[in-house]
Amino acid sequence: MTEDNRGGEPGRREVGRRRLLGYLVAAPTLAVAVRLGVDMTAPSEAQAAGTPVPTPPLPADLFDLEDTQNYAAKPTAHLITLELREDGSVHFELPRMEVGQGIMTSTAMIIADELDVPLDQVVVTLAKARPELQMNQLTGGSNTTMSTYYPIRTAAALARGALLEAAALMLGGLKPNSLKTENGAVIAPDGTRVSYGELAGKAAVSQTTAKEAELKSAAERKVVGTPVGRTDARDAVTGAKQFAMDLDIPGALPTMVCKPPTINGTVRSVRNAAAVRAMPGVAHVAVIATGVAVRARTFGQCIDAVRALDVDWAPGLVGHDSDDDVLAELKDAELPLAVPEIPALATTVDTSFTFMFSSNAALETGCTVADVTADSAEVWGGFKAPIVAKQEIASTLGLPADAVTVNVVQGGGSFGRKLFQDGGLDAALASQAFGAPVRLMWHRADDCRQGRVHPMSTSRVRATVLGDQVLSYEQRHTSARTDFGHGYGEMISAAASQLPVGDYSISQWVYTLTQAAHYNFGPTTSLLNELTDRRFNTGAMRNIYSPNTAVARELTVDKIAATMGKDPYEFRRTFVREERSRAVLDKVAEVGRWGRDMPPHHAQGIGIHNEYHAYTACLMEIDTSPATVNRKVRQAVTGPRVTKVVFAVDIGLAVNPKGLEAQMMGGIMDALAIVLTSSVHLKDGNFLEASWDNYAYTRQWNVPFDVEVIVMPSTSEDPGGAGELGVAAAASAAANAYARATGTTPTVFPINHNSGLHFEPYPYSPPIPQSPTNGLDYVR
Amino acid sequence: MGKHTFKVNGESVTVEVEDDVRLLWALRDILGVRGPKYGCGINVCKACTSHINGKAFNPCAVPVGEVGEADEVTTIEGLADTADGDLHPMQQAWIDYDVAQCGYCQPGQIMAAVDLVRRVRAEDRAITEDDLDTLRNICRCGTYPRIREAIKSASSKM
Repeated sequence: MTEDNRGGEPGRREVGRRRLLGYLVAAPTLAVAVRLGVDMTAPSEAQAAGTPVPTPPLPADLFDLEDTQNYAAKPTAHLITLELREDGSVHFELPRMEVGQGIMTSTAMIIADELDVPLDQVVVTLAKARPELQMNQLTGGSNTTMSTYYPIRTAAALARGALLEAAALMLGGLKPNSLKTENGAVIAPDGTRVSYGELAGKAAVSQTTAKEAELKSAAERKVVGTPVGRTDARDAVTGAKQFAMDLDIPGALPTMVCKPPTINGTVRSVRNAAAVRAMPGVAHVAVIATGVAVRARTFGQCIDAVRALDVDWAPGLVGHDSDDDVLAELKDAELPLAVPEIPALATTVDTSFTFMFSSNAALETGCTVADVTADSAEVWGGFKAPIVAKQEIASTLGLPADAVTVNVVQGGGSFGRKLFQDGGLDAALASQAFGAPVRLMWHRADDCRQGRVHPMSTSRVRATVLGDQVLSYEQRHTSARTDFGHGYGEMISAAASQLPVGDYSISQWVYTLTQAAHYNFGPTTSLLNELTDRRFNTGAMRNIYSPNTAVARELTVDKIAATMGKDPYEFRRTFVREERSRAVLDKVAEVGRWGRDMPPHHAQGIGIHNEYHAYTACLMEIDTSPATVNRKVRQAVTGPRVTKVVFAVDIGLAVNPKGLEAQMMGGIMDALAIVLTSSVHLKDGNFLEASWDNYAYTRQWNVPFDVEVIVMPSTSEDPGGAGELGVAAAASAAANAYARATGTTPTVFPINHNSGLHFEPYPYSPPIPQSPTNGLDYVR
Repeated sequence: MGKHTFKVNGESVTVEVEDDVRLLWALRDILGVRGPKYGCGINVCKACTSHINGKAFNPCAVPVGEVGEADEVTTIEGLADTADGDLHPMQQAWIDYDVAQCGYCQPGQIMAAVDLVRRVRAEDRAITEDDLDTLRNICRCGTYPRIREAIKSASSKM
C-alpha cells in the first residue's frame, strides 16, 4: 500500500482491498499513522499559497473498521452452505441478523445473480447461533455485505459449476463449458433446457472435495446493481411477517419483568407475591436477577401484575446524578489540545460541542421466547450477536453452551440495541424460574429507562489557519463509557491487536478505526478518551461515534471557511482529501442548487462523511422561521424543520440501489433526531423519558417534504457498508444549516435538550404506566 | 371473566377474558391475530392501529368489554378484503414504494394511512402535507418520506 497514490482516484479500493492483508502483514502503515502529530511540523514556507496542506492519512484511512472486520471474518467465512432442492429452490442460511437493513434481500440478489436463478427461488433464512463461526456471526459495523459478498458469490459460483458438470454428464458427455445457465436452468447448445431442480440430485457429491470457483465478471451481472424491492415486502404489508412475539411456541405464555425504579436496582424482597399470583390470568411470579418476572395469559394481565407488585428495591449505582454531573466528569477527562508551533500570524479556531445521552431503542422492545428445562434451553429472538447470546445465556442458566439453542428471528429494528441480549437473558431466567416456556416482552417504559443509551460525549476541535491554509487540525472526543461487550469488541481487538500500535482499549480501537481524515488540514489527529465506570447501561447507536464527531468536524469546517471568508462548499471542494468525497460534494451542490437565494430564517447547510469504504455528502435546507418553530403538536417537539434534503452516496458497488436509498433515508431521519429533537434527560439518577412521545425521535411533523438520495455510479467492484452510513453527513448538514439560518452555532445537541421538557415524566413506581381505556374516544 | 363477542376481519369471534383486558391482547394473545403490534401500550406509538367499524383506533387503549357484538374490527390481516383486488391499494402502494424496512410499525402505518385518506376524502379534498403531518405513527427505521409518497399515490386509487 505504501506505493499506492493516496490521492484518492475513484475505484482505488478495488485494488486496495486485495492488498489489505499484505499490507497488514508486510507494511506497518498504522505505525505511520500513529506517528501523526508527533513528527509532523508546519508546512515548509515553499508551500504555494492557497494550496491545501496535505494531510497524511489517519489510521482509518488506510485500514479501517471494515478491513478489521473483513480480516477477522476471513478464517471462518467459508463455513457457509448453499443448498439446492429438487423443486429448484436455493436455500441459504445467512449467518447474520436482519433488522430492516435489507440484507436478506441483497443476499438473495447476490445468489440469484451468480447462480442464474430467479430471485423468488432463492430462500434466505437466518442461521441459528453457530459457535464454530467464532467471530463471523455478528451483525454490526455495517459490515454484512462487505464480509459476505465474496464468500456467498463463491458458494453460488461453485454450485453453478457443479450444475453445469452434472448437466453435461446427463446430456451425454457434453463439455460443461459448452453449456450456459439461465433463469434456473442449464441450456445446451441445441437449446435443450435442464432445470436446476432436475439436476439437484445428480449434482450432489459423496465426498467433500476442494474446488476452485470462477466468479462472473462485472459485465455478466444482471441483478446486483439493479433496484430491487424487499423480498419480504408483501409479508410486511399483510401482517404475515413474524417477529419474536408473533411466533407460536407451545406453552409460551406472555411474560414481563417488573423492573426497578432506579437504573439497575435489585430486588430485596417482594411483599405481595401471593396476592399478585392470585390476580386474574396470572400464572407465575418469581424474583429473577433483573427484577420480578410475571407470567400470565395475556400481556395486559402481566402489566396489571407488574403494577400491583410491592417490591423492596435496593438502589443501582447511578445515585442521584443528573446530566450536569456526567458532563462535569467528561470535562475533567477531556484530553488536552496541543498548542502546535505555528507562525505568529496564524489564527486558531477552537470549538467545543456536547452531545447528550440518546436512546438506541428500536420499535420492537426487548423480546425473546424461551423454553428452559433442567438440562437444556432454547430461545427465539432478534440477536445480532447470537454466539455471545448463547454463551451468556448458558452461563447465566448454569448450562453447558451446547445445551442452549439460539434461534435468530428477524428484528423490529436494532440501531445498536440488538447487539445485546438483555431481553434474552430475562426470558431465559424467567423460563428457568417458572419451569415453563415464556414469551417475554419488555415494556416500552423499561426499554427507555432501563435499556441502553448512547453515551453522553463532548467533542473539541482546534484548527490553526494562516492565510489560505489550514496548518493543523486536532479533534479530542470524550465520552461516557460505550459498552462493546457483545463480542464485537473482541472481534475488533483480536484482529487489530496484530497491528503495531500501542495499548488501546476496545473503545479506542473502534474510534481509531472509524475516524478518517477528511480534509487536507496539515497534521491531523483525532483521539478518544472514554470514562470507564459502568453505572449506566450503554451501547453504540447507529454509526457509533461518527454522528457526533462529524457534526463537530463539519461545524468547525464551516467556521474555518468563515475565518478565511470562503464559501462552505467551495472551501470543502478545495480542501477535501479524496476525489470520491469531492464527487459526492459536487453532486449535492449541483442537484441541491447550493447558494440559491433563501428567504429570511431559511438556510442551506452542507456536510460530508467517509466511512465503511463509502463516501457521502448531504445538503439540507432548514426553516427556522417563528411560524415553523412555534408550531404546536400535542406532546411533541416541533421546532425548526428541515424542508429539503439532497444526499449523494458513493458506496463503491451498490448491490441494491433501492435498499441503499432506504438506508440513507433512515440515516437522514436519525440525523434530524440527533441534531434537532431527541435525547434522554438524566435527572436525579433516572432517565425521564418513558415513551415515544417523550423521546422525540423524528416524527411526520419533522419530516422534510423533499428527500432525494442520489446513488453515484459504481466506482468499485467491491461493496461498501450501508446500514449506518447515512447518519453522519446528514447530521452535519442539519447542524450547519441550522447555524447558518440562525447565525448561531449550537454547542449542545440536540439543540432542544436544555430548553425545557415537552412532557410530564411518568412515575417510576410502579415502573410502567397502565394502558389507557379511552381509545374509542379518539375514533374520528 | 366475561364472554365477549365481536367480529374480527369478517368473522364472529368470542373471547372469554376479564372485561378490562385491552383488545390488543385479546387479539394477539387469545385469538392469535398478531398483525397489530405492541410498541408502547399507551396509545402513543400507534403500532397497533386497526379499524373499528371502518375507522382507525388503537386496541391497546380499548378494554375488550367495550367492544360489542355489532362491532367490526379490521386488522391488517383483513384489510385486503375491504377492497377489490388481491391487496388494498394502500398495501400495493407500500410495495410499489418499497416502504417497509424492518416492517414492525408498517401494519399500523398502513391502517392509519387508509383512515387518513378516508377522512380527507370525506371532506372532498386532496391530501396535503399538513394532513400527512398529523400521522402520529412512529417509524424508528425512518421510512417516513416513502410513507408520504405511498399515501399520496394510493389516495388517488382508493
